Amino acid sequence: MKEITATGQTVDEAVESALKQLKIKKEQALITVVDEGKKGLFGIFGSRPAIVKVKVNIDPIEEAKKFVKSVCDNMDIPIEIESVVEGKNVHFNLISEKTGLLIGKRGQTLNALQSLTQQVLNRYTDQYMVVVLDAENYRKRREESLVQLANRLASKALRERKEIKLEPMPSFERKIIHSALADNEKVKTYSIGTEPHRRLVIQPKF
Amino acid sequence: MKNLIESLVKPLVDYPEEVTIEAVEEDNRIIYKLTVHKDDIGKVIGKRGRVAKAIRTVVYAYAHTTENKKVFLEITE
Repeated sequence: MKEITATGQTVDEAVESALKQLKIKKEQALITVVDEGKKGLFGIFGSRPAIVKVKVNIDPIEEAKKFVKSVCDNMDIPIEIESVVEGKNVHFNLISEKTGLLIGKRGQTLNALQSLTQQVLNRYTDQYMVVVLDAENYRKRREESLVQLANRLASKALRERKEIKLEPMPSFERKIIHSALADNEKVKTYSIGTEPHRRLVIQPKF
Repeated sequence: MKNLIESLVKPLVDYPEEVTIEAVEEDNRIIYKLTVHKDDIGKVIGKRGRVAKAIRTVVYAYAHTTENKKVFLEITE
């Protein structure tokens, strides 16, 4: 977690400046006074500034959870969230009756919310963390259908002896296809275009 | 709708108290005008508009279920 040291004429001023730099509120901070400082004679001779250490005391996972919860509440989607943290990966499982609306066409709403959640979470972390939002095992189901699609299009590319371009997909979905076809010696995969329109190409090897 | 936009934008910015949303209703569309602190604009738009796009995706997904009119989200200074 982020920590900075700040100085000021008084302890209060030092704390104030630290909070401003960290852009947090007093309740979200852990404050240690290193030196209370000294006014000195007439405020000139022998004065010493106050020094404080201020540590950000916000749990990034909780903030991210709160974010998802409040967004879903405002979309009238009641949800429960389960979270699993493994190293720098955070997995949130959203449990709800109305997941259809939350997932959207080809997962676009879920992907959008996922990238926003990642943004929120990483405001409070030192190390960059990757967020995965899942609802009703959507990611698993999507992975299975992408692998199927990959294999089907690979044989089509071979049969027709030409390249096949897939529709634009986010990087984590392209990765699934790349690795599904990595062992296939008859085809090669690569991506073209720039995000967010980057798309994968399956090319037969002649 | 305003609550949803607020809940999406406020956690992203450094000055949540300066987030304002104004709804302009026309015949067949509603435009939500979002303004944020000058220093926060970059955060709300993101690299190549990535964040703005994500915000719009969520907002429009909800708009389709509730509003009969077309909904737009404008980000202004």
